[in-house]
Amino acid sequence: MLSVENKLDMLRKMLLIRHFEEQAEELYMEGKVFGTFHLYVGEEAVAVGACAALQPDDYITSTHRGHGHCIAKGADVKKMMAEIMAKDTGYCHGVGGSMHIADVEQGNLGANGVVGGGIPIAMGAALGCKLQKNGKVVLGFFGDGASNTGNFHEAINMAAILKVPVVFICENNHYAMSNPVKNALAIADISERSGAYGIPGVTVDGNDVLAVYEVVAESVERARQGKGPTLIEAKTYRFKGHSKSDKNVYRTKEEIESWKARCPIKRFKGYLAENDGVPVKKLEDIESQVEQDIAEAIVFGLESPEPTLEEARKMVYA
Amino acid sequence: MPEREITFREAVREALREALRADERVFLLGQDIGIYGGAFAVTLGLIEEFGRARVIDTPISEAAMIGAGAGAALVGSRPVVEIQFSDFIGIGMDQLVNQAAKIRFMFGGKATVPMVLRAPIGCGTGAAAQHSQSQEAWYAHVPGLKVVMPATAYDAKGLLHASLLDDNPVLFFEHKLLYPMKSAVPDKPYTVPLGKAKIRRSGRDVTLLAYALQTVKCLQAADLLADQGIDAEVLDLRTLRPLDTEAIAESIKRTHKAVVVYEAPRTGGFGAEIAAFIGEELFDELDAPVMRLGGLDMPVPYNPNLEQALVPQPDTIAGAVKKLLNRR
Repeated sequence: MLSVENKLDMLRKMLLIRHFEEQAEELYMEGKVFGTFHLYVGEEAVAVGACAALQPDDYITSTHRGHGHCIAKGADVKKMMAEIMAKDTGYCHGVGGSMHIADVEQGNLGANGVVGGGIPIAMGAALGCKLQKNGKVVLGFFGDGASNTGNFHEAINMAAILKVPVVFICENNHYAMSNPVKNALAIADISERSGAYGIPGVTVDGNDVLAVYEVVAESVERARQGKGPTLIEAKTYRFKGHSKSDKNVYRTKEEIESWKARCPIKRFKGYLAENDGVPVKKLEDIESQVEQDIAEAIVFGLESPEPTLEEARKMVYA
Repeated sequence: MPEREITFREAVREALREALRADERVFLLGQDIGIYGGAFAVTLGLIEEFGRARVIDTPISEAAMIGAGAGAALVGSRPVVEIQFSDFIGIGMDQLVNQAAKIRFMFGGKATVPMVLRAPIGCGTGAAAQHSQSQEAWYAHVPGLKVVMPATAYDAKGLLHASLLDDNPVLFFEHKLLYPMKSAVPDKPYTVPLGKAKIRRSGRDVTLLAYALQTVKCLQAADLLADQGIDAEVLDLRTLRPLDTEAIAESIKRTHKAVVVYEAPRTGGFGAEIAAFIGEELFDELDAPVMRLGGLDMPVPYNPNLEQALVPQPDTIAGAVKKLLNRR
C-alpha cells in the first residue's frame, strides 16, 4: 500500500520529469544541449508508476526516450543535465548523451538508442539475477515500435521459457516516430501478444500513475516469486514530437489537445487533493522545489568542464 | 613425464569445465549445448556435471542469446554464449555491436560486459556458403570487442581462460578443422595472455603472419620451402584485437619480408590491416612489398575441390613466398 508520502514522492518525480524536459527543450533552442533527444512529456505516469513498484536495488532498462525512466529510478538531475550538455560531470562523462544515460550502481542499465535494443538485455539481466539468486527484478521499458522488432519476440519467448524475473513494459504512446500504431499492428492491444509466449498480459491506462503502479507491483511480485515474466502495455501519449526535428505534421492539434486534457500530472494532483486531502499549497511547494532543483541542475551543467579525448579513449576497454 | 596430448575440442571443453568449477558466476548459453553437447561436441558432458541452470539450452534466437549474455554480464554474471556457426552471429549483430561492444563506452566507462562469445568459424567441412565463412574482420573492426583465434589445443585452453577472466566482450573463434588436432596441454588451468603473438617457427628469409588454421598451413608451407632452401618464420598472431604489433615488428626486422595469410575473402580482410601496419611503421625494414594471401572473393563453394582452392593451402603459400622472393 502506498502512503500519502509515497504518493507525494511520485508526484515530485513526475514534476521533476516534466520540468527537466521542458527546460531541456529550452536549452536545446539556446544551443546548450546538442544532438537530438526525445522528450517524455505526457508519459510521466508510466515511468513513475512502474519504478515506484521496485526496490531501490532492482534494475531497469530504458529506451531512446529515457529521461523519464532515469528520473523515476532515482537519477540525479544534475548529472543528467550535465550529460545532455556533454559535460564530464554527467552520468557518462558526456560521451553517452541523452540516449545512453545509465547508472548501473543504482540499477539503471541504460537508455538505448536502438529501438527494442534493450529488451534482450533486460531478459539477460534477469537471467543473471536468477542465477545469482539475488532476489532482484528487472523492468524492461520499450515502446510500441519496439514491439514489432525481432528482439521483442525473441527476448520475451526466452524469458518465458527460462522463467526469469523480468517485467516487460510497453509504453504505447501511439506513434513510432510518425507511424501510428494502427498502421504497424493488426491487433488492438499489444498486451495480446503475451498469449503467444504463455505469459500474462495486461493493458493499463498509462496516464494513471496509480493504475500503472498497481499492475506493475503485481507483476514484480509475481516475478520475484519465480513465476516468470509479464507483459504490460501502458497506453499513453507524447505531447511533444518524436525528436527535435519533428514538425508534428502527422497528427492533428485536436488529437494532441485531447490528450493534454488527460495530463497525468494534472490528474494525479486532482486525485491527491480530493482523495488524500493534500492541500493545494503543499502541491505548489513541491512544484517550486522541483523548479529550484532543475535550475540548480542547469547551473551545475553549464559550469561543468568537458571531457577530454584522452579520458574518453580509456573508456573503450575495461 | 611427457605431457598428455588432447584435442583442440577437448581443450576448449576443459577450460569451460575448469571455469564453471572455479567461478559460480560463469554459465553457458547456446543452442543444443546440453545433452547434445553442441553442434561440434565441445560442451559434451558439461550439463551432467553442472546442470541445466548453468548449461542452458536456448531456442534458436541469436539476438536474444547475445543480448542475454550482455545483460547478464552487466549485472555481474560471466556468461559464455555459444553461437552454433559464426555465420549466425550476424542475426544478433545489433546486440553484439551496438550493445555489448559499446555499453562500457556509452556509460562513460562505468560498466563492464565480461562475456565470451564462442563460435566455430571457417571452411573445409563441405558445409557451403552459409556455414563456412571467416568474418573475423567484421568484429575486429569494432572498438570495444576483442577477437581471439587460437591455432593449437594449448592456446585454445589458455586463451579461453584468459578470455573468461577478461572484463570485455571477447569473440572466441574456433576453426572447425582444428577441433580434432592435438597438442600437449597441462591438465591444470593456465592462461595465455590476449594480445601476444607467438613464433611457431623461426626463420631468416621471410615472415608468414597467420592465425587459427592458417598457422598450421603456414607451418606446412614452411616445410615445403625448407626443402627448397628457403627459411620461413611463422608468426601466429593468436589475437587480432588486441594485435601484437611489437612481435610483428620484431619479426619483420629479422626477415625484411612479409606474407600475411588468411582464409577470409582477401578484399577488406584483416590481412590488409596487418599489411598496412607493416607498410606504415616498418617501410624502411622491407626488402619487398608486403604480400597478402587471402581467400578468393567468393562465397564458399560446396564442391570440395573448389572449396580447397578457395583458401590458402601449403603449396599456394609456398608459391606466393617464392614469387615474393624472386621479385626484382
